[in-house]
Amino acid sequence: MTIEIKTLKVEPRRQTFGHIARRYGADKPASRYDEATLDVQATANFHYKPLWGADHWLYDERRTRVTMADWYKLRDPRQYYYATYNIARAGQYQTTERNIEFVDKRGLLAHLDPAWRETVETYLLPLRHMEWGANLNCTNICDLGYGTAVTAASIFAAGDHLALAQIIGRIGLLLDGNTGASLDRAKDRWMTAPEWQGLRRLTEDTLVVKDWFELLLAQNLAIDGILYPLVYGRFDAAGQALGGSAVSMLTEFMNEWFTEHSRWVDAVIKTAAAESPENRALLTGWFATWASRAAGAFAPLADHVLGAEEGTRALAEVVGGLQARAKTLGLAV
Amino acid sequence: MNAVAKLGLKQRYSLLTRGLDWEPSYQSKSAIYPYAEFEGIKIHDWSKWEDPFRLTMDAYWKFQAEKERKLYAVLDSFAQNNGQMGLTDARYVNAVKLFLTGVSPLEYQAHRGFAHVGRHIPGVGPRVAAQMQSLDELRHVQTQIHTLSHYNKFFDGLHEFPHMHDRVWYLSVPKSFFDDARTAGPFEYFIAIGFAFEYVLTNLLFVPFMSGAAYNGDLATVTFGFSAQSDESRHMTLGIEVIKFLLEQDPDNLPIVQKWVDKWFWRGHRVLGLVAMMMDYMLPKKIMSWREAWEIYFTEAGGSLFQDLSRYGLRVPKYADVATAEADHISHQNWAVFYQYTHAAGFHTWLPSAEEMDWLSEKYPTTFDKYYRPRFEMWGEMAKEGKRFYNNALPQLCTTCQIPMAYTEPGDPTTISFRHSHYKGDTYHFCSDGCKDIFDNEPEKYSQSWLPVHQIFQGNCGGASVEEVLKWYRLNLGADNLDQAGSPDQAQWDAWMEARRRVAG
Ligand SMILES: [Fe+2]
Ligand SMILES: [Fe+2]
Ligand SMILES: [Zn+2]
Repeated sequence: MTIEIKTLKVEPRRQTFGHIARRYGADKPASRYDEATLDVQATANFHYKPLWGADHWLYDERRTRVTMADWYKLRDPRQYYYATYNIARAGQYQTTERNIEFVDKRGLLAHLDPAWRETVETYLLPLRHMEWGANLNCTNICDLGYGTAVTAASIFAAGDHLALAQIIGRIGLLLDGNTGASLDRAKDRWMTAPEWQGLRRLTEDTLVVKDWFELLLAQNLAIDGILYPLVYGRFDAAGQALGGSAVSMLTEFMNEWFTEHSRWVDAVIKTAAAESPENRALLTGWFATWASRAAGAFAPLADHVLGAEEGTRALAEVVGGLQARAKTLGLAV
Repeated sequence: MNAVAKLGLKQRYSLLTRGLDWEPSYQSKSAIYPYAEFEGIKIHDWSKWEDPFRLTMDAYWKFQAEKERKLYAVLDSFAQNNGQMGLTDARYVNAVKLFLTGVSPLEYQAHRGFAHVGRHIPGVGPRVAAQMQSLDELRHVQTQIHTLSHYNKFFDGLHEFPHMHDRVWYLSVPKSFFDDARTAGPFEYFIAIGFAFEYVLTNLLFVPFMSGAAYNGDLATVTFGFSAQSDESRHMTLGIEVIKFLLEQDPDNLPIVQKWVDKWFWRGHRVLGLVAMMMDYMLPKKIMSWREAWEIYFTEAGGSLFQDLSRYGLRVPKYADVATAEADHISHQNWAVFYQYTHAAGFHTWLPSAEEMDWLSEKYPTTFDKYYRPRFEMWGEMAKEGKRFYNNALPQLCTTCQIPMAYTEPGDPTTISFRHSHYKGDTYHFCSDGCKDIFDNEPEKYSQSWLPVHQIFQGNCGGASVEEVLKWYRLNLGADNLDQAGSPDQAQWDAWMEARRRVAG
């Protein structure tokens, strides 16, 4: 069969789909990312207005004030489609799984300074609720967003945040010997501890943001952009002298994830800002609001973990880093 | 940290997932979940929800990554080895065209729809399950595109699938079906797609396409189908759990849910008419008849399902008996429509061969010879005389299902069934009592339907002539449309087969 076919002339009649060829300006072979992403969402001739929001069509560019001539400019530099996303994450998680096993088997968490152990419980475990809020926000962006380029990456980010919440949960179970008591305490803190209330208010407030692009920026740039460098950078560093290296191993996924996630966020924000002065002004305004809200909300936690003086300084540096990042994305910071 | 307690799967899942939710206090629940109440569904206690599968995200990634590695290995080798040459016949590819233009975009809609309920259902258990289904459905549309991308390189009719889905007359049937579900509230969506579609009707969609692929040498599609099976079994489980949960939570939910089940059964049945035609007419090598599939997957499997659900007071969907009676007719009537309008379709048609007609007589002993064979034979004669029959009049469409009015009265296969309703001074037409009921229950919604024929008359589809409309569809005239015989697809296939015979000596 194979030999037989080899001697036949089997010429493709076209290289890719029409909508891809038009974007390429030529009929040439397309990447799997492009074929799985470009123009996949319906754009016209919708049948009914949603019963849950008759002021818009099912997919509607006007669900955000940001405007784009072409929403497929918001490409994912990682070029994730379902297969590559899952394969990448499964690989990353293998390391996490090995680290968890290693820490567990060697009893490494026993080396934590008891006071620091208490601190870790205080700052790390309640974060799983914040990750859950982030999961809902990213799911919402997928729901309301326009164009598969940004919506597909958003449901991937939603899956990531659920996993992040679950990693934190697993660390809690390691700390409490699988009783779940540490997670109960973390939830109490999330609900009532003063150092967490600003963050819970911030999270609940994002859950009611109507403009999906504003939400994308608030969650992925402003909130994540402070949370990750502060918690997994500064807090983690402070724990090193107190036996915290096991915690670093357990949260390695977070740092790796944040670096990768930021590549996507940066590409989306940068492209949207470069589209028009109006977009740039809008994004700049949203950034100013949400970055300062997030900075304010993290301040009590930073003080609580690092002490007032060091906490203030660390947070200021993290916020400064975020502002520098926003500047490189073209925002007028 | 000695003597670590071992956690059961259920407990572990509950700690890692269910425990994530909290009662908000800075924003109201109704602001965070604004769509939870308008449908009238009453949920008293979300904690009663039993998670049917307990997948944490890491386990999800691991399983799915493994499946994707295997699937793409097969797709790569299929492409390298020109797997399309192993098909039973070039006619088979038309089933693939119908799938990519009509079904794959629905997978995409399912993806976004489950993101919507995965955000808006207030219970944490079903919300996470819906999010995973949203990811799965994204998988389905993307892997289908990748699977069929290879066919697009060699065959016509696939190259503009998203553009066509938004415009072409017969594709508004599946599109409006999903638009309907997507624009409904989150609970109705769950019942429409999760239960009615995924649970009650899915076997009538996927089994025919996937077995059709297996019978006809389409290794790529078969592999995709198998690979999606474990996703689908999760989806079915979720669908059944949701309906049971709603019915258990409050007796007032029953009439609402019953109405949705009635509606979505009938909506689904109408869409599946396209599958019926595919099975009976488009597969060169047949699996079984539509009527047989209906008996196995609806009459028998659906029968015991509704038996099981009767303890909640739920009854068999309204007009299930009509649908069952239609199983003797629907594939023939649909194929006849496409044959007449082959110039306006994105796939090829043909008349069944003498052997195929005999197969149809055997499978449809009470209807085929009496009502349909004579028509096909007459058209065959006309074609022989060079007068191939085309219908150049634009058909009237049913406002609800959007299918041309070609179905016949229950119990009278010689009379076309017409129904109508008046709403705000306009008259709306329907193909059946089922479609009329759906309209009458929500006239505000269905009076908005984007009906392709109306739109053509209103000048919204590229022009007034058929040719202008087809160009607006981005059909390549003379390649994508018309008969299989004489098509570029067929010419290429014949050349391949001829060359293969020469090489074989
Ligand atoms: Fe699917
Ligand atoms: Fe499904
Ligand atoms: Zn109808």
